[in-house]
Amino acid sequence: MFGRLGLAFSVASVIAAVLPPISTAHAEESLYVPLLTYRTGAYAGSGIGIADGMHDYLEMLNQRDGGIGGVKLALEECETGYNSQKGVECYEATKGKGALVYNPWSTGITLQLIPKAGVDKIPVLSMAYGLSAAADGKTFPWVFNPPMTYWDGASVAIKYIAEKSGGMAKLKGKTIGYIYLDAPYGKEPIPLLEELAKENGFKLAKYPVPGDKMQDQSSQWLNVQSDSPDWMIMWGWGAMNPTAVKEAAKIGYPMDRFIGVWFSGGDDDAKAGGAGAKGFLTLNFNGTGANYPALADIKKYVFAKGLSQVKGEDRIGENNYNHGVYNSMLIAEAIRNAQKIAGKKMIDAADMRAGLETLNIDAARIKEMGLEGFMAPMKVTCDDHSGENPVYVQQWDGAKWVKVSDWIEPMTDKIRPTLLADAKAYADKNAPWPARTEACGGR
Amino acid sequence: MFYREVGQFKSTYAADMAVFPIRQDRIGILVLLAIAVVVLPLVSNDFVLTSILIPGLIFTLAAIGLNILTGYAGQISLGTGAFMGVGAYAAYKLANAFPEVNLLVWILCSGVFSAGIGVIFGLPSLRIKGLYLAVTTLAAQFFLEWCFVRMGWLTDYSSSGAIEAVRRTLFGLSISGPEADPLTRYFVVLGLVVFLTWITSNLVHGRIGRTWMMVRDMDIAAELMGVRLLPAKLLAFAVSSYLAGVAGAMMVFFWLGAAEPSAFGITLSFQVLFMVIIGGLGSLLGSWLGAAFIWALPVVIKFAPGLVGIDVPSARVEHVNSMIVGALIIFFLIVEPHGLARLWAVTKQKLRVWPFPW
Repeated sequence: MFGRLGLAFSVASVIAAVLPPISTAHAEESLYVPLLTYRTGAYAGSGIGIADGMHDYLEMLNQRDGGIGGVKLALEECETGYNSQKGVECYEATKGKGALVYNPWSTGITLQLIPKAGVDKIPVLSMAYGLSAAADGKTFPWVFNPPMTYWDGASVAIKYIAEKSGGMAKLKGKTIGYIYLDAPYGKEPIPLLEELAKENGFKLAKYPVPGDKMQDQSSQWLNVQSDSPDWMIMWGWGAMNPTAVKEAAKIGYPMDRFIGVWFSGGDDDAKAGGAGAKGFLTLNFNGTGANYPALADIKKYVFAKGLSQVKGEDRIGENNYNHGVYNSMLIAEAIRNAQKIAGKKMIDAADMRAGLETLNIDAARIKEMGLEGFMAPMKVTCDDHSGENPVYVQQWDGAKWVKVSDWIEPMTDKIRPTLLADAKAYADKNAPWPARTEACGGR
Repeated sequence: MFYREVGQFKSTYAADMAVFPIRQDRIGILVLLAIAVVVLPLVSNDFVLTSILIPGLIFTLAAIGLNILTGYAGQISLGTGAFMGVGAYAAYKLANAFPEVNLLVWILCSGVFSAGIGVIFGLPSLRIKGLYLAVTTLAAQFFLEWCFVRMGWLTDYSSSGAIEAVRRTLFGLSISGPEADPLTRYFVVLGLVVFLTWITSNLVHGRIGRTWMMVRDMDIAAELMGVRLLPAKLLAFAVSSYLAGVAGAMMVFFWLGAAEPSAFGITLSFQVLFMVIIGGLGSLLGSWLGAAFIWALPVVIKFAPGLVGIDVPSARVEHVNSMIVGALIIFFLIVEPHGLARLWAVTKQKLRVWPFPW
């Protein structure tokens, strides 16, 4: 009996020790934005930076501008651990509080939320991940995946390779290796890559990495060594990235012929390869480093006040952190846009959907936000929920990422028909899939 | 005092061998059922239904399945997650191929497929025992997971590689798919789990259950007394996988709504195994208690601070959660190695003789 009491006391004291004092009640008028993040588990290495970036940008708006349009944002993080069960739990726990939008940060959780979004009338913003076909706004009015899909990314990688080789015609007879996480995420670009391979006469060599073997890729890289492809493309996440960079460096693969997707471009991913990682390329859609007025404001209004969970000031501006900032920028701009369309400050999730659908961030607005050079102008339309916006290529110089290409437009004409067919297949399989009833442009 | 049996006479053998020979137990079960059917739906909101009650019930069924194999028949298995996956994919394929048949029929049929797979992977159990058998079931886990990822046919060649819950109705009420009301889903899941628990209870209290327990306690002795080992063990594998398969199908259709192959990974197997160990090996009550403990407790700890207005960083809650649950698991294993079910049995015994200590 005493044992049990003692345990109760020790548990209580553990709780008491880790809890900060009871916070003040949320401001009466606020816009509720739940953040589904993961700071624990196997993917925390990628997830922590994103979680910090997302939280800090929105908190910065709260501190600097008093929120958006004069309304504070109520932020709440919910830990998913990149686990679908917990993702659904977080969704159910937060949706009743007036959630404006969900950012699942996991393809698995995104797939679960897609059918729910239209029923619960809460938009899902899966920034450059999730279901590529969701870019079809006619079929998926409640799902958004700006600024581009994985297929757009894959086409840009091929375009960049062609440019370096001296034109598409020169790709004939070459071998391009594709190393990927053997999960929905990594398999997504394969149909497009295979189509491009057939069309342009290059050979696609595939090297799948199983999710539970992410940290042991020696067999895959042994095959790479014997096939010696002219270029390598990688779709990796979490622990897969640093391992692949390390292995590539070990077998002496030319790093300036190794292109990762934007989610393979974490600073820690490249650092893992040491000096051998120099020259490693990845796609990207946001600037790196903290040399932007908006990020300086994050340091001033959030980090300096101790409101951020980020480990050190130098972590602000890392690539994953900036992915998070980009994501929050999209949320903030959509809220601003929604307020404009609805003509009121307190918007609901339906207004938010309209705001996301008519999102148009031009160069002037980018400058106004203090993010000049951080991103390319982008827009989302009623038909196209991803926007197929341009991507650039960056290179690791041994200490930081350096932009080495212009903004490259994806092969929209190739991608769009496949994408629409895929969206139709999804809707057919989930029949009766509800037809779109939301009007374009506004509500 | 509380559990006084004085005056309860049994005049038939059937009454003496009943599952609940004491009147208080029978009343207690009815009260619990009444609470589950009437009180819980009235007091629960959508969050409690979808995040605690529905998954709790589904895990209960999975735990009962594993308990048949590990607790009653003594065969260790680490493949529960994969067997749940087989059920889920089977239900998905069947429901899509024959949409006119009621979904509940396919949910119940899906277990047959996982039972078949379970029997195949159960074959080595005749020669391999104990921890070595755990390794062969681990092979089942990895092999089946590989199938879920690689066999496009299982997902109807979906580009995302995931399966989604189809929209289906029962008596005009939507029971599956995004429109299904949590309360309807809860009743469907509750009905199925209670029904299957009842069937299993009859199974383990009868000849088959006794055979399993003989095999568990000493298989050579069982063989000498005329128990045919292979059929007995394979039947345990079949029943166990059947229940796991049905639980897996329910997991996708009534709880998650969609599932990718990694949802049926080794972590799911361990989750169910912990439920069985904490709840009590060889006890149906233990499966219920174990599932409630392992599933509901972390959810409650995770969201309780927010409900009372304390603001804690989400990652810290997660870490504290692992610490508390881990500590409690160790605590329970030290205080009562036979699980929560044994704890209840001890409590009950104390209540029977109260106020006397013996």
